[in-house]
Amino acid sequence: MTTTSETPSVPDSDVEKHQYDVVVIGAGGSGLRAAIAAHEAGARVALVCKSLLGKAHTVMAEGGAAAALGNLWPDDSWQVHFRDTMRGGKMLNNWRMAQLHAQEAPERVLELEDWGALFDRTKDGLISQRDFGGHRYARLAHVGDRTGLEMIRTLQQRAVQLGVEVFMECTITDLLKDGDRVSGAFGYWRETGRFITFDAPSIVLATGGIGKSFKVTSNSWEYTGDGHAMALRAGAKLINMEFVQFHPTGMVWPPSVKGLLVTESVRGDGGILKNSEGKRFMFDYIPEFFKSETADTEEEADRWYEDKKNNRRPPELLPRDEVARAINSEIKAGRGSEHGGVYLDIASRRTPEFIRKRLPSMYHQFKELADVDITVEAMEIGPTCHYVMGGVEVDADTELSGVEGLYAVGECSGGMHGSNRLGGNSLSDLLVFGRRAGESAAAYVAGLGAARPAVSDDDLAAARSFALKPFDPASGDNENPYKVQQDLQQTMNDLVGIIRTRAELESSLAEIEKLKVRAAHLKVEGQREYNPGWHLALDLHNMLLVSECIAKAALEREESRGGHTREDHPGFNEEWGTKNIVLSINSAGDGVDLATQPLPVMPDELAAFFEEGH
Amino acid sequence: MGYTLKMRLWRGDQSGGDLQDYDVEVETGEVVLDAIHRVQATQAGDLAVRWNCKAGKCGSCSAEINGKPRLMCMSRLSDYPETETITVTPMRTFPVIRDLVTDVSYNYEKAKELPYVELPPRDADGKRRMMQEDVERGQEFRKCIECFLCQNTCHVVRDHEENKKAFAGPRFFLRYAELDMHPLDTLDRRETTREQAGLGMCNITKCCTEVCPEGIHITDNAIIPMKERVVDKTYDPLVWLGNKIGIRNKDRDSRTEV
Repeated sequence: MTTTSETPSVPDSDVEKHQYDVVVIGAGGSGLRAAIAAHEAGARVALVCKSLLGKAHTVMAEGGAAAALGNLWPDDSWQVHFRDTMRGGKMLNNWRMAQLHAQEAPERVLELEDWGALFDRTKDGLISQRDFGGHRYARLAHVGDRTGLEMIRTLQQRAVQLGVEVFMECTITDLLKDGDRVSGAFGYWRETGRFITFDAPSIVLATGGIGKSFKVTSNSWEYTGDGHAMALRAGAKLINMEFVQFHPTGMVWPPSVKGLLVTESVRGDGGILKNSEGKRFMFDYIPEFFKSETADTEEEADRWYEDKKNNRRPPELLPRDEVARAINSEIKAGRGSEHGGVYLDIASRRTPEFIRKRLPSMYHQFKELADVDITVEAMEIGPTCHYVMGGVEVDADTELSGVEGLYAVGECSGGMHGSNRLGGNSLSDLLVFGRRAGESAAAYVAGLGAARPAVSDDDLAAARSFALKPFDPASGDNENPYKVQQDLQQTMNDLVGIIRTRAELESSLAEIEKLKVRAAHLKVEGQREYNPGWHLALDLHNMLLVSECIAKAALEREESRGGHTREDHPGFNEEWGTKNIVLSINSAGDGVDLATQPLPVMPDELAAFFEEGH
Repeated sequence: MGYTLKMRLWRGDQSGGDLQDYDVEVETGEVVLDAIHRVQATQAGDLAVRWNCKAGKCGSCSAEINGKPRLMCMSRLSDYPETETITVTPMRTFPVIRDLVTDVSYNYEKAKELPYVELPPRDADGKRRMMQEDVERGQEFRKCIECFLCQNTCHVVRDHEENKKAFAGPRFFLRYAELDMHPLDTLDRRETTREQAGLGMCNITKCCTEVCPEGIHITDNAIIPMKERVVDKTYDPLVWLGNKIGIRNKDRDSRTEV
């Protein structure tokens, strides 16, 4: 079949037009929270999402939302949470974001309860809190291991209750500008393929991450780096893109589930890692930086679950980057499991009742998809691409990017998590900064008065013609978008994965250039109505731009820190610990330029938390 | 280890369509959605299918596999003989958009009609207290991933399009039950459940419970208790008399009727 109904020569009259104050792109946790905040601040808000409402990647988050509520450990406080977060990120975090996050997370979680969320309880009836890696105290508010579902459902129901207008299965392909300011967004309805424009002075990017550029990933199809790439093209900057988190525990078998997440709660609730020799190997991988707070004997590690004051935490609960690297080393050394992972064992350490109660979703997932009963057998797991710490550089208090009217929040923003994110800090990040972004975006519009930026017809025509190109390619163009995507995923997995070298990164950049050329020659079959091949063809451009950012920044950073490990530059480099890598679109608009800039300086009263003895 | 799977997929749109045959290479350990994705990547780039998580957590990939409403990501190929042709068709109760994708907006419209949670102020220390055994009743219902397979299979709407207006369906009876069983909620929604959501139209055939991929006991734990409470309030002569002469119904005495 070929396209018959629509070609670029058809006039623009088929573009549906809307006017709003604030358009939020993405309806996961941060987008929903931003939309709620902007609506409550009095703005006319549109919430736009690629999938149906309630299906965003947040729904897959399992463990919990980190918040120093102090329900189990009264000594917990925002200061301890702040310190854990900064140390987890190896001090590269934007300190102000880490501070606001730690201070505001408890209220954001309690607010979810006001809106109907039913968290698990302590014996006193308060919100229960669970242990996760890198957190000194049990701190994650959770619902079994389906906290993300609870959170997205609560926010979704709240947004519907308030009457926020939702544009489901609608993809935004480009941001529009009037001079230096954002003027709106352009996209299409997935169902009909018809184009749509939002005339809006405030745009909040809440598009999530980039994981679909990697072959082994825990991410959904939507994670194609749309917000990252659109922000770049609109003139905003990305920071820290080399820091990609490989979650230590993804499923490795059967092939259909490779990469699927196994929640950190398994380790938080007592699960341990073993190699093919049956050895609990994490004790061999405790880095100097965490020695003083990590148990060095199995006895102490096991005592910690009951007595956190007088024991240090088990090495299985080191931050994710450390655990992922350790697992990778064990596999490389030939001590891996049958299917190329290692063993995660909770069956021999907890009762079947405990496991089914605390980890119902994991029990179900392994039983249904791998035919493994985790109350009886160990799980086979290995690292999987999970999260990108890097993202749009924003002001910590307002989430404003470098472009007037453009805000970014959640995984698509950068800075909060430094070089490595602690588990549980994402769900709370979404809430804290989602609210802040929504409020800032609404306040900006309120201050504009009649001086609203305007959408230009030329920009619309250009966006439209770019989007339709794969239906009417030049002669000889015949690249299959699925094939290009697969090749990109393989390249990123092989050359920009968990352990990196100069030579591999250089060849990854050469490969990405070749893929960019191929992506200019895409051809899709069928018509515009609900056509996944076409949708992927458009998403691919974003994936390629973001992949280039990751590879370029990884090549530049000659040290190992957090989610970035260079085999040829092991260990921290103090000089690299003082700056961020910043990426911006190049003058031709077909690639990225790289620069470095110093980290924001932490005020003395916060810096004191990190002095000797603390 | 791999073999060639024979599939029949429904291709078409609102104007019509038919089943088309595909032969696709599959591997041990794959699920129906993997096979569909391979058809898409190699033979039919425009094959429309909804999916997100591929882990049974988002409820996007609902369809009918050999006539049974299921999630494609949770349907293992090893459950079917290698020689069997697997037929995948869109959910029957909702209008087709294209191929395996249906228009499920009915559910989102119903969601807008529901009343919401109403809690009293927090305790003096700014927190709320609920006991685990009390939140667990509602938590069972909040496991719902909104795959809409229960809505699809409920014969009140499956065979009677005209009922959609007056009938919220099992997914939303779960929501009513959850709000009703919320330990702190202050509203009594029994009238709305009966009048607005059409609870009385459900005749408890348990089809919804059978297809729930989350194993929620929709009928036994949500619908039947709700029906009992509605019946008590509306039709029990003693309760009716008590209400009439001003002796308030003891069941949820402090709740406000909506």
